[in-house]
Amino acid sequence: MIENVLRDLTPQVVTALVRRYGDFSKCEDAVQEALLAAAVQWPRDGVPDNPKAWLITTASRRRIEMWRSEAARIRREETVAALEPPPSSEPVVQDDTLTLVLMCCHPALTRPSQVALTLRAVGGLTTAEIARAFLVPEPTIGQRISRAKQKLRGAQFVLPPPDELPGRVAAVLQVLYLVFTEGHTASAGDAVNRVELTAEAIRLARQLHARLPEDGEVTGLLALMLLTDARRPARTGPGGVPIPLADQDRSRWDASAIAEGSALIEHALTTAAVGPYQLQAAIAAVHDEAPTADETDWPQILLLYDLLRQLAPGPMVTLNRLVALARVEGPAAALAELDALDLDHYRVDVVRAHLLDLSGDPDGARACYRRAARRTLSLPEREYLESRGLPDMPGK
Amino acid sequence: MKYLVLIYGNPASRAAWAGMTDAQKADGLRAYQRFHQELAGTGERIVSERLAAPELTKQVHVRSDGVSTTDGPFAEVKEQLAGFYLLECDSEARALELAARIPEAPYATIEVRPVMGLTGDVDFEL
Repeated sequence: MIENVLRDLTPQVVTALVRRYGDFSKCEDAVQEALLAAAVQWPRDGVPDNPKAWLITTASRRRIEMWRSEAARIRREETVAALEPPPSSEPVVQDDTLTLVLMCCHPALTRPSQVALTLRAVGGLTTAEIARAFLVPEPTIGQRISRAKQKLRGAQFVLPPPDELPGRVAAVLQVLYLVFTEGHTASAGDAVNRVELTAEAIRLARQLHARLPEDGEVTGLLALMLLTDARRPARTGPGGVPIPLADQDRSRWDASAIAEGSALIEHALTTAAVGPYQLQAAIAAVHDEAPTADETDWPQILLLYDLLRQLAPGPMVTLNRLVALARVEGPAAALAELDALDLDHYRVDVVRAHLLDLSGDPDGARACYRRAARRTLSLPEREYLESRGLPDMPGK
Repeated sequence: MKYLVLIYGNPASRAAWAGMTDAQKADGLRAYQRFHQELAGTGERIVSERLAAPELTKQVHVRSDGVSTTDGPFAEVKEQLAGFYLLECDSEARALELAARIPEAPYATIEVRPVMGLTGDVDFEL
C-alpha cells in the first residue's frame, strides 16, 4: 500500500534532508509537501523505481524553492547559488531515525507537542490525520507542531551524549505509549476516518526496537503493546462498551501477536535490567497465556505487581495489584487494603465494586458501580459501569 | 483532555464593568488579547466566545402540545453565563490554572467541567 511505503520512508527522508540542509523545521515542512505530492502522483503514475530517492529529490526541490523565496525576500541571492539539488542516486548510508525521534521527543517540548511532532516527522501522518485521531481541531495540532519547531530552533541534529541517552529514550517510550493508549481505548465504532493509533504506535516501537535491540525497556514496551493489542478483537462489545478480561472470548485473541510479544518479553527479562514496561508486558503475557480466566496464574501476577509497585508506584498499579491480591488471598484482604488507601479516583469504586461482587455483596457492588459511572470521563466505560449498576443484569 | 470553562457574571461584576473608564475597558480587552495569543501559541484553546447580554436569552420549550419560546432574563437568577472556553489541556490542574488567569476571573464565578471522551486508562483492566 502506497500509504505504508510513504510512512515507512518518512523518517529516512526527513533525516536525509536535515543532514544536507540543516534547519529541521523547514526540512520537515518540505517532506510533508513531498509526501502529499506522492500521495497524489503515485496512485496515478505508478510508484517510482526508487521511492526514497524520489521523495528526497522532491522534498529537496521544495526546500530549495522555500529558500529561494526567502532569499528573494531578504535579497541574499548568493546563498542560493550554493544550493544545488542533490543527485538522486546518492546513497544514504547513515540511519538517523533514532536521532530524529529523540529530537521530536526533546525535553524542551510539552508532551502533546512531542506526540504531534513524532507522528508527523517520524510517522509521516498529516496534521489533519493527527487531529482526527485525537479528536481535536486541526489548528490545535498545527499550533503544537509549529510551536515545537520554534522551540527546537538551534537544536543540534545529533545523538545526545551516552549518559543522557537512557533518559531521552524514556521520553520517546512515554510518547509512543501515549499514542498507543489513545488508540487502544477508543471505541471501534467511531473509527471512521481515524488513523489506527495503536498500529502506528506499534510500528514506531518496532522502528525504535530495530535501532536499540538490546534496550530492555524498548523491547518491553513493544511486547506490552503487542500483548495488549492482541486482546483488542475481544475487549469491546457492540457500541464499544468494554468487556472485562474474565468475560472475553479468548479464541478471538490474536495468537501470533501473543506469541511475538511473549518471545520479546522473555528475551528482554533474561538479558536486560528489569523495568516498568517489561513488568507490565510480563503481566500482560501471563493473562494472555491463560487458556481460561480461571486458569490465570494470579500468584505470578501478584508477584509482578509487587515488583512494579516498588519500581514505578502509581494509583493504577496499586489498584491492579489489589485485584490480583483478591484472587490470591481473598477479597477480604484486598478490601482491607483498599479501605486503607488515601486515593481519590473513580477506579477505587470500580475495584471496590469488583471486590464486593467477589465477596458476595451484589447490592454493595452495584452501588459502587453506579458511583463510579458518575465519575468516569469515558463514554463507553460509563455505559458499561451503568449496566453493572443495574439490578439483575443477565450474564453478569 | 477537553475542559469546558464557564464564566458566570453577577450583578457586582456587571456593575464593575459598567463603572470602568474607557481606558480601563481597553486594558481589559488587551489582557484578553494577550491571553488568547498565548493560548494560540500553546494550542490549548479550541474555541471561546463571549455571550450576548442575558436579557437576549430565549428559552425553547418542546412539549407534546408543540414548541414555544419565552424571553429571558430570569430575574431570580443572579449569576448569568457570560462566556465560555473549550480548552484542550494536559491535565485538570492546567485547566484550572488557565481558568484562574481569565482576565475577568476576579469578578466572576468560573466553572471548569471535564468533557467526556472515548478513552480511558489502558493500564487498568478488570
